Amino acid sequence: MTVALTDRPFEPGALVTAFCADRAETGAVATFVGLARAEQGAAAALELEAYPGFTEAAISEVAAQAMARFQLQDVRIVHRVGRIAPGEAIVFVATAAAHRREAFEACDFLMDYLKSRAPFWKKEHGPDGARWIEPTDRDRTDAQRWD
Amino acid sequence: MLLFGRLADQAGWRDRPIEAGDLSALRAALAAEDAALGEALAAPGVQVAVDKVLVRGEAALAAGTEVAFLPPMSGG
Repeated sequence: MTVALTDRPFEPGALVTAFCADRAETGAVATFVGLARAEQGAAAALELEAYPGFTEAAISEVAAQAMARFQLQDVRIVHRVGRIAPGEAIVFVATAAAHRREAFEACDFLMDYLKSRAPFWKKEHGPDGARWIEPTDRDRTDAQRWD
Repeated sequence: MLLFGRLADQAGWRDRPIEAGDLSALRAALAAEDAALGEALAAPGVQVAVDKVLVRGEAALAAGTEVAFLPPMSGG
């Protein structure tokens, strides 16, 4: 299980290839890639702030819960921080399990957590200046599905 | 001590050393120099981490302790 933050753009395909390597007992790998949306020009860039050390520890704790709850063999999470341009990948989640259902569900569970409760602070830079973004009601209700 | 998100923007700083023996004294020192910031730090939803561990209520602080005020987390 690995959790990493990076302030550089990453290539999701390379992460999938690396995650799938040498897995004789894995029947299913599910992956999710979140990209920054341009919002029709309203979002020139997204800025994500993390608390180094604290943020990785909080995400790792939930990744460990996912490992146990969905009987995963492995989890990889990579999350961007800093300034992110539209079209760039923000988050990569990969889950490995013996069978597909657990891999899919764990990926969904982890993304609901990452989108609503993970220790990030998100600022959107647009034509009218910058504003801090809070989780949407949809993000909250999505996350509550797993409680 | 560290501020994140909108708290850092409001204060105009993100990281600076402050001398205080416990969290109450730290809050009082900050409120004394910037009343609006003192109020924002005490607002509901703002969490406090001492050496990267969330704490509720009071905590004693030693030299070199890292205190962080965290506004509501937005997710990524």
